[in-house]
Amino acid sequence: MSTELDIEITDIRRLTDLIKDKYGYDFKDYAMSSFRRRIKRVIDLYKFKTVDKLIQVLDTTPSFFEEFISEITVNVTEMFRDPTFWKVLKEQIIPNIILNHDRISIWHAGCSSGEEVLSMVIVLHEMGFLDKAKIIATDIDTAIINRAKTASVSLKNMELNNRNYIAAFGSEGGAALNLKKYFRDIGQECVFEKSLLQNVTYRKHDLVQGAVFSKFDLVLCRNVMIYFNQTLQNEVLTKLHESMFKYGYLAIGSKESLIWCDIASKFIVVNNEEKIYKKIKD
Amino acid sequence: MFSKYKVSGKYKAVAIGGSAGSFQGINKILAELPKDFPLPVFMCLHRLKHVRSGFTEALSIKSSKPVIEPYDKETIRRGQIYLAPANYHMSIELGNSIALSTEEMENNSRPAIDYTFETAAYVFRDKLVGILLSGANKDGAYGMMRIKQKGGLTIVQDPEESTINAMPNAALAQTKVDMILKVDEIIEFLLELDKASKMAQL
Repeated sequence: MSTELDIEITDIRRLTDLIKDKYGYDFKDYAMSSFRRRIKRVIDLYKFKTVDKLIQVLDTTPSFFEEFISEITVNVTEMFRDPTFWKVLKEQIIPNIILNHDRISIWHAGCSSGEEVLSMVIVLHEMGFLDKAKIIATDIDTAIINRAKTASVSLKNMELNNRNYIAAFGSEGGAALNLKKYFRDIGQECVFEKSLLQNVTYRKHDLVQGAVFSKFDLVLCRNVMIYFNQTLQNEVLTKLHESMFKYGYLAIGSKESLIWCDIASKFIVVNNEEKIYKKIKD
Repeated sequence: MFSKYKVSGKYKAVAIGGSAGSFQGINKILAELPKDFPLPVFMCLHRLKHVRSGFTEALSIKSSKPVIEPYDKETIRRGQIYLAPANYHMSIELGNSIALSTEEMENNSRPAIDYTFETAAYVFRDKLVGILLSGANKDGAYGMMRIKQKGGLTIVQDPEESTINAMPNAALAQTKVDMILKVDEIIEFLLELDKASKMAQL
């Protein structure tokens, strides 16, 4: 944060109104602090100096809008974030679904650059269930979806990713774990085996405006709704709920909670530490 | 009543930032804070990114009141001590709640002190007290500047006393802070703030 520009709520309102009118996206109910900071980040990045300039550019340059979306959305992610979550997923949640259905359908809602999807397919592969899986991964940002489709992860993040992987499954014994067996180094990129993504479909989808499009056994929406205010969280949760089979599972971020959501009574807590819920009512 | 710091009763919140070498000072402050301290306290301390549990427990051992890591959109309660959770930025939202974020690291940190301070300054304006303790980088300097710009009160731990003084010095270089205090004086200040706030709420 370099500039000392003050962005007022009225500025943000003018901006979200323009975007709604011109592009159909609705950012009105994004959480104020992070959204304001993302706006400021864009203004700094493009040296716009003022909100008015940003509004003017968005108004007159439609080709800029996709870039804007890429910068506004948060695309910080890592493989096997919260290793203990992945352990629970592998030992309890996935076996439970397979036991009952013999198949597993998964939706990664807000998949960003695909690290969570790669983590999932590696777990499924190691369990021998990759063939039984149908995975849809969606994000609002086209550029990041295209990035995710390449199945590549920046080499500089791989140490952390590997550390998480070992923290999750290192205690299972056998040979020392290393993600290396799943990718090739190409320059500064680690490109994962394409076969891992054989049952994965990446698709552009906006959680805010998008319709419910299918039903799943397991929905992961971790650290996505933190960028929404409570009104929008309620709306999106309702959609996630509709997108789940009865007795399906929902995973949210470790510091997110359903407690104060309208729809909380339709779920039970399966694992409070890892924030895994089960849908018990339609 | 003897008043060394002439603390106003207008303040609504306290934000504390610290990094390397601040743990002892924080512990001491929390131990001396009155049980019924009336303002919320937002603490952003640099911590191991991937160690999720244990830190609040460690801080709570000596603290006069429990320290909690808030959930996203948790309502702010008077007198509650909040600690930014591991691997999340913690911000103050309009409408009396706390929000979390997994955005890019700032100053190599998530949680970043600048993030908490800047958003707290935005919401509480001149009703915020910002306290920056010992630390090894410049995180918090920008945040202190924002608190000052919004009319809040800025306090930096005396670099002479700080185990690692890069952070206090960075803030002092960027902003004309209101007070440079040792930990014991920060505690004296907070006790006066406690009294002033209680008086104001009568």
